[in-house]
Amino acid sequence: MSVLLQQLVNGVMQGALIALIALGYTMVYGIIQLINFAHGEVFMVASYGGLATYTWLLPEDLKKVPYVALPLMFVGGIIVAVIVAVIMERFAYRPLRNAPRLAPLITALGVSVFLQEFVRNVYPNATSNLPYPKVFPEGALSLGGVNISKTGLLLVLLSVGLAVVLQTYINRSRMGRAMRATAQDPDTAKLMGVDPDRVIVLTFIFGAVLAGVAGILYGGYLSNINIDMGFQTGIFAFTAAVLGGVGSIRGAVIGAFIIGLIKTLAGQYMPGGTQYDYVWIFVVLILVLVFRPQGLFGEPERVRA
Amino acid sequence: MRKHSVKSAAIVGAALLVLAACSSNKNEAGGNNGGSCDTSKGTLTVGVVAPLSGNLSALGIGIKQSAELAVDEANKKCTVKGYKLAVSAQDDEANPAKGAQAATKLSTDPTVIGVVGTLNSSVAQTVQPILKEKKIPQVSPANTNPTLTRGNDFLTAPKRQFENYFRVCTTDDLQGPYAANYLVEKAGKKKIAIITDGKTYGEGLAAELQKQVTKKGGQIVGSEKVGEKDTDFSGVIAKIKATNPEAVYYGGEYPVAGPLSKQMKDAGLNVPLMGGDGIFDGKFIELGGKEGDLATSVGAPTESLATAKAFVDAYKAKFGKEDYAAYGAFSYDAANALIGALATTLSSGDWSDSKRDDMLANVGKYSGSGATGDVKFDQYGDSTNKVLTVYSVTSGKWKDVETGTFTG
Repeated sequence: MSVLLQQLVNGVMQGALIALIALGYTMVYGIIQLINFAHGEVFMVASYGGLATYTWLLPEDLKKVPYVALPLMFVGGIIVAVIVAVIMERFAYRPLRNAPRLAPLITALGVSVFLQEFVRNVYPNATSNLPYPKVFPEGALSLGGVNISKTGLLLVLLSVGLAVVLQTYINRSRMGRAMRATAQDPDTAKLMGVDPDRVIVLTFIFGAVLAGVAGILYGGYLSNINIDMGFQTGIFAFTAAVLGGVGSIRGAVIGAFIIGLIKTLAGQYMPGGTQYDYVWIFVVLILVLVFRPQGLFGEPERVRA
Repeated sequence: MRKHSVKSAAIVGAALLVLAACSSNKNEAGGNNGGSCDTSKGTLTVGVVAPLSGNLSALGIGIKQSAELAVDEANKKCTVKGYKLAVSAQDDEANPAKGAQAATKLSTDPTVIGVVGTLNSSVAQTVQPILKEKKIPQVSPANTNPTLTRGNDFLTAPKRQFENYFRVCTTDDLQGPYAANYLVEKAGKKKIAIITDGKTYGEGLAAELQKQVTKKGGQIVGSEKVGEKDTDFSGVIAKIKATNPEAVYYGGEYPVAGPLSKQMKDAGLNVPLMGGDGIFDGKFIELGGKEGDLATSVGAPTESLATAKAFVDAYKAKFGKEDYAAYGAFSYDAANALIGALATTLSSGDWSDSKRDDMLANVGKYSGSGATGDVKFDQYGDSTNKVLTVYSVTSGKWKDVETGTFTG
């Protein structure tokens, strides 16, 4: 029993991390119908940004004070992620706004490879795994034989909290309404006075902030980072977004938790064990896509004029 | 999938650039003292194939620089009459496909007299046949998988696999059982869980350990695999934690082992993690290896060997740091075996392709005293030096606990 509970806890934590990134995929897709494959790399860059902040910007005596060092790492990571996302949108995607859909998709792949190789070549020692600083809450809470890592708990709270804030913002605020309008019909939204460029940049920024938070937490939760992390985690996040229905905030979060849980539970209970846990994730994805192509919470594809 | 192929194209492109860059600095290691020796007959090359970039580069760079040191010294001492020696180091990124490219590049160079490498047993598998085609001797400082020299039935029906392949380190059919004896008998850990990364080295090592643990009355309580690129091991850890192991043995290398050890502790599984020579590096501790974790490695501790002192001093003088890593002394000996065999071969005439058979025979017959002790090869190409050492993480550093040979 305690093994099952432990695996559920592990699954929820992995899901929370994937959810933060999946939100970025789903929002960008909702607005401009682009699968931004470089989004995983924004997450990776944020993680290195946080590490750089800690290594070179923080004074030595502050490094030992987690309550100061940790928030500053978040700020550093998020700033790097936002800058990268804004530059990416401005120079790689905006010129292709009216091009056929395939063009920005290929560009996204190019940006992804570029960012990975850039960090690999520029960041000192980035060719191998880098240890992440130990400024996170250490250790774990133990509840009836189940271990709950404190960093993991922080991860789940932040992930769910930020998703709720985002959902509320999009449903209630003026800018949120402009986003929904642009997603539904960009031309009409423009006629009503919405500036689509502003809406799109803002969408990228929101995605980058969430990816930034995820990047720092990833380092703390798993204790080291590498340049492949964006690709690996990005694929899961993309899958989560598709599973939940691309374009749906709620869908992305639920999809992410489903993936996290399938991964740990299949590793424990299915034949083949942890070696085959990825297989079951994609089996579920294929089943969902066969019977419900729009995903769990997505709307059927609209035909545009 | 699409993403993957784009990525590999980019990686291949990058690798070509690296190769191009390497060929241009081939002569760097020749040393400046060539002037005092007769080098009228040209330059001969010692190839190195090791991971110079990527996760295992700490080990690979130690291998490359130690080989450079050996070549440098030979040039200063005019060991090979009439020729200057150079090092051509190729990056295999710990990847068998990249290793094959590196080996092909070296094998098409007529001046290459032998190759020091590889680090990974899985890479050796693709490099061996390519070098064999051209009869180029390969001396590995670090491959410990027994099948590389003696085939799949290495215990019952050993059969030499490649007449051009030699190694100066001992093998996992001794390393695994040696670790098992230490765990079960000395450390008193009877219930052991095994995790491997599914690669040639880790699988082979863990399989040998497993046999001996059972033989000594221990019990294997769980067996799991992790991916080389995995980073979150919580699922695997929860699974083995339920079996209450007293120690976890990891068959693989430090980029996974370090974080794995840390995550075990975070998940409340506070038992030692043990591994083989693949986790014996300072990086293991940096990436999360904890106090009390154990490793076996080939040879005696370099610092403790009288024969190694000259090597360590010379290395420090040349490179300024002691980053020769786990296989530096072995790589130095491997390069010296090649250089020694070359000197013998050339005592009867100038270098040409027809000398390659002689060269292979002379490597096989080589006998010398090196940084790791006596350097000699048996009929399979294995080292006759079977010494192993157990290390433990003590106050943030690897400290040797016990040195010996496996006796059953």
